[in-house]
Amino acid sequence: MPRPLTAEIRPERTFLDIAAYESAGGYQGLRKALAADWKQVQQTVIASGLRGRGGAGFPTGQKWSFVPMDDMGGHRYVVVNADEKEPGTMKDRLLLEGNAHQLIEGTIITAWAIKADIAYIFLRREYTVAARHLQKAIAEASQKGYLGANILGTGWNLELRLHLSAGRYMCGEETGLLNALEGRRATPRNKPPFPQVSGLWGRPTIVNNVETLSNIPHILREGPEWYKSLSSSPDAGTKIFGVSGKVKNPGLWELPMGATLREIIFTHAGGMADGLKLRGLLPGGASTDFLSAEQLDVKMDFDSVAKAGSRLGTGTIVVLDDATCPVGMVLSLEKFFARESCGWCTPCREGLPWTARLLQALEEGKGEERDLEILEQHCKLLAPGRTFCALAPGAVEPLQSALRLFKDDFEAHVRQKRCPWK
Amino acid sequence: MLSQKERQLIQEELRHHEFKRGAVSEALMIVQDSRGWVSAEAISDVAEILGMTVEEVDGIATFYDLVYRSPVGKHVIMVCDSVSCYVTGEQALTEHLRKRLGVELGQTTADGLFTLLPVGCLGACDRGPALMVDGEIVENVTPERADEIIARCRKEPDAQTAHG
Repeated sequence: MPRPLTAEIRPERTFLDIAAYESAGGYQGLRKALAADWKQVQQTVIASGLRGRGGAGFPTGQKWSFVPMDDMGGHRYVVVNADEKEPGTMKDRLLLEGNAHQLIEGTIITAWAIKADIAYIFLRREYTVAARHLQKAIAEASQKGYLGANILGTGWNLELRLHLSAGRYMCGEETGLLNALEGRRATPRNKPPFPQVSGLWGRPTIVNNVETLSNIPHILREGPEWYKSLSSSPDAGTKIFGVSGKVKNPGLWELPMGATLREIIFTHAGGMADGLKLRGLLPGGASTDFLSAEQLDVKMDFDSVAKAGSRLGTGTIVVLDDATCPVGMVLSLEKFFARESCGWCTPCREGLPWTARLLQALEEGKGEERDLEILEQHCKLLAPGRTFCALAPGAVEPLQSALRLFKDDFEAHVRQKRCPWK
Repeated sequence: MLSQKERQLIQEELRHHEFKRGAVSEALMIVQDSRGWVSAEAISDVAEILGMTVEEVDGIATFYDLVYRSPVGKHVIMVCDSVSCYVTGEQALTEHLRKRLGVELGQTTADGLFTLLPVGCLGACDRGPALMVDGEIVENVTPERADEIIARCRKEPDAQTAHG
């Protein structure tokens, strides 16, 4: 089974240098892209069916096609979103540390596809190993003529900058990220205009996730038909899936899109740790709805997970076992989202801390029947369309599903005036 | 006043930006790397260099988790309190660190050696619970392992204090 994204990643994720990367076919995709024109590159990526791996699943090639290509002068930008901070995610860190050149090649091809002259890797400062590997890889790629002026004799120039962000979940939101790069607080921007038309400093800008861009070199090198053949589901390619929580073998695996939850949790992660039972799971990171232990046959592709009542999100599963309090788990989630809210819009700034306080009260045995109703109300008050960006709607996805799936546990906290798990 | 070295590093950083204000988070980290935290005076100096208002720069400084607007200890220990670490034992680890250091989250020990802070997901979800100690991620942290880390920090000679 081909694992294009992770095949070259070494144990312990030691630095993969440019010689090793090139001997495995690295930078051939870039050569192919440069031999074609930007339009053909866009068409190849559209034909591949690649959908964004940052959580939203927007078709990547289509996103690029919104960039106005008439030459009016001025910069065009590509920004790699490497600000991974969604709790339970951890997949981009693997790709950043383990194969920095793959991401850099994907970034250069993307820049070529929209004729950008400046690219950023927006990396969270906490990922220090990734920063060191990227710095080395950028230096190697520049020396080889893959970056800088007159790339491989095409006359095209690209400057790649590594930006180390100082830590905030909101910087991972596409327009918040652009504000951060402009030296502003990472609050979200109104859309439209979309960044493809008016992004960084008001110029056309593409923002793509690390895993998304790591696919691009392979699509260019092997072609869209090959890429589609990697998957047995309607979504093309492979996906990095992860499992964390109390399983025997937590970790990350590259599998075809559409692998089932059962296969990922029981075959790859080895099933639950001794003596524990599976109660539920977040299929795609902190901001996705819980699925129940009865839904293990759900396929992990965008449409199948949506049909099951959640989202594929980042494809990294967090498992809830029967020795962990579901209310405490949801409290941990809402505390995170409340702290990370940028404060720009009132429902999110005020609503999320309120949910966290109510959940805290439940955990301390001070919860009342009415608190459960207020929590339910917040799920509606913070639903999509009621807040400025997707942070708050994402934050209440695990809450609304937990209130339904673990109703008895919430009620037991009220009735017993304590957390039954403590 | 910012030092000559700090000003020079900020000027170098400016070469990679179309607009000066784009360098603000880097400028703040340059200041912090050299003196351990970012004072109100440093905020005004950075604002002046970048042509921003003091309020704008402070708004950004206070927005980021990793910019310290008040002095921190010689060693900063951050505990990941996000969901995967919660499930794998973060609460017990936090409790252990609070007792061992004798401080609450957000506080610095009386000897100025340690500051204990919470932090959002460190991307070590399959190897939780996780800490970030002086900027480096440490995984699979048991209370015993946490004690070793504290002991190692204590052993470092005072002369090496980076933030002195």
